[in-house]
Amino acid sequence: MSTLTALRPSAQRTGTSRATQPRREKGRLHPIVWVFAVLVMGFSLVPFYWLVSTSLKKGPSLGQGELFPSQPTLDNYLSVFGNGDFLLALRNSVIIAVVTTLVALVFASFAAYALARLKMRRKALVLTLVLSVTTFPAIAIAAPMFAIWREIGLYDTLLGLIIPKLTFALPLAIYTLTSFFRDIPRELEESAYVDGATPFQAFRRVILPLAIPGLATTAILVFISVWNEFLLAVTLTSSPAARPVPVAIAFFNGMSEFDVPLGRISAASVIVTIPLVVLVLICQKRIVAGMTAGAVKG
Amino acid sequence: MTAIRALVPERSRSTRDRAERRLAARMTAPSLILMALVAAVPIGYAIWLSLNQYSLRQAGLSRFVGLGNYIDALAGPDWWRAFGQTFLFAACSVSLEMVLGTGMAMLLNLAFRGRAFLRTVVLVPYAIITVVSAITWQTMFDPTTGFVPQILAAFHLPGAGVVWLGEQGYALAVIVMADVWKTTPFAALIILAGLQAISQETYEAAELDGANRWETFLHVTLPLLRPAIVLAAIFRTLDALRIFDLPFVLTHGANGTQSMSMLAYGQLNENRLVGQGSALSILTFLTVMIVSAVYIRFGGGNIRDIAREDHR
Repeated sequence: MSTLTALRPSAQRTGTSRATQPRREKGRLHPIVWVFAVLVMGFSLVPFYWLVSTSLKKGPSLGQGELFPSQPTLDNYLSVFGNGDFLLALRNSVIIAVVTTLVALVFASFAAYALARLKMRRKALVLTLVLSVTTFPAIAIAAPMFAIWREIGLYDTLLGLIIPKLTFALPLAIYTLTSFFRDIPRELEESAYVDGATPFQAFRRVILPLAIPGLATTAILVFISVWNEFLLAVTLTSSPAARPVPVAIAFFNGMSEFDVPLGRISAASVIVTIPLVVLVLICQKRIVAGMTAGAVKG
Repeated sequence: MTAIRALVPERSRSTRDRAERRLAARMTAPSLILMALVAAVPIGYAIWLSLNQYSLRQAGLSRFVGLGNYIDALAGPDWWRAFGQTFLFAACSVSLEMVLGTGMAMLLNLAFRGRAFLRTVVLVPYAIITVVSAITWQTMFDPTTGFVPQILAAFHLPGAGVVWLGEQGYALAVIVMADVWKTTPFAALIILAGLQAISQETYEAAELDGANRWETFLHVTLPLLRPAIVLAAIFRTLDALRIFDLPFVLTHGANGTQSMSMLAYGQLNENRLVGQGSALSILTFLTVMIVSAVYIRFGGGNIRDIAREDHR
């Protein structure tokens, strides 16, 4: 639990350590720190604001680089929602991300339990293998996969994308879940063992219910990474029927050098971004816990 | 575990151990088999493809050329250029991310009104698809539609009259900025976790010794943060060496932004040079593997920790 407690905002901590901690005692920030805080906020938000602002522009107003659109319009959004290919891409992305996340969670929670709790032969080797898959460059998989998928008919299908994406999602899920499982106190399982439970029963009845927050966190991280992935998606698809959002947007962008539909691309980008931004804002604490799970032992 | 072990007789304990090992094997098998099939088999196939030369005129015709494709790649300028440009990109973006990430972590560790808000705000870039972030930065720097050139011109700063993505150096700068924008929150959060693990007593001791804030940061905080920074740097370097989406959308590899993955992709998918492209993707694979092996050797404390736990 060390990592999680370390990450919890300082509600309890500031209360007790305020007197001993000079830097936290001051409610006001040093002006330089204040400037830095504003810069960090601007750096984080301005590009996103710019994207939204561009999506509200049309015609000549696009070419003026205005930070605030003088005649904001929702036309780009209407046009994007009327675009069949974009809606198809959205559907594809949702299916791919949801299925990959769910399957990865099931597979990974089994593996993570074994790695976190059970006696196991060559555990270090298994962990190293799992971690080394996270470092595989997708290009080394994508090219031969392209050839194999064409051979067996999985090229340009949703399943053909889910399988390799699952492979890259698994190590992330296993690694994050292993850290979460290891943080669950052993005493709870031990009492289950005393009651005669088998290790698998301990996993199902004790660990899994306690790990629901960890499972949710892992699900969010996996979902975002699958939603974001581009190289496999661009190599293994060729038609709108299987193309997910990032590829559709990239091709939308590169369609014509002279008539780049910038407003519409931005509107499409905002549409696929808003749900994720909302998810991240709501689950901020969870995501922070997941990203740093196992990373730093406090 | 030991408490339970003491309650069970010797014989059933060893049976239980065996059962536990069997269960562990069964529980890890699905993941391992899938990863072996989908990661190892294609890599093996890619190695085979890289040892052959495929005819462009007659599809399906190929001949075995051994290491010929590798020799061609290593003797020519393209691979080394992509190699150099990828490492330059990785060095620039990762070092910026570590400096900025440390600053951000220090900031988020301070108690002030609005900290919760700031913590949430810095995560916004993380939620944005890389392709979308590429398009955003592209339009921000566009000479006609973007606001950055206008602002630079208004303050007579350098870079005002430049087509950023069309110029060597400037193009790389935009890619680095887009990458730093999206991934610094991740670095900052890992470093923040490390920061919060430093005990108050350490700071108090430094204060008693009469150290000022800067000295405390330099001689107390930074050394203690090293493991967290190294870990963030490992994750980020391995990602940066595999960079693909940003150059794909922003420059398509032009103007000094050809990454190793982009080069291999171009040969495979655009030029249909299967043998040559496979050799390049295997070289990319080996490069990343070597870098991660070096990192795991010197910074892989976590893997060893988890493994050691087993020998309790």
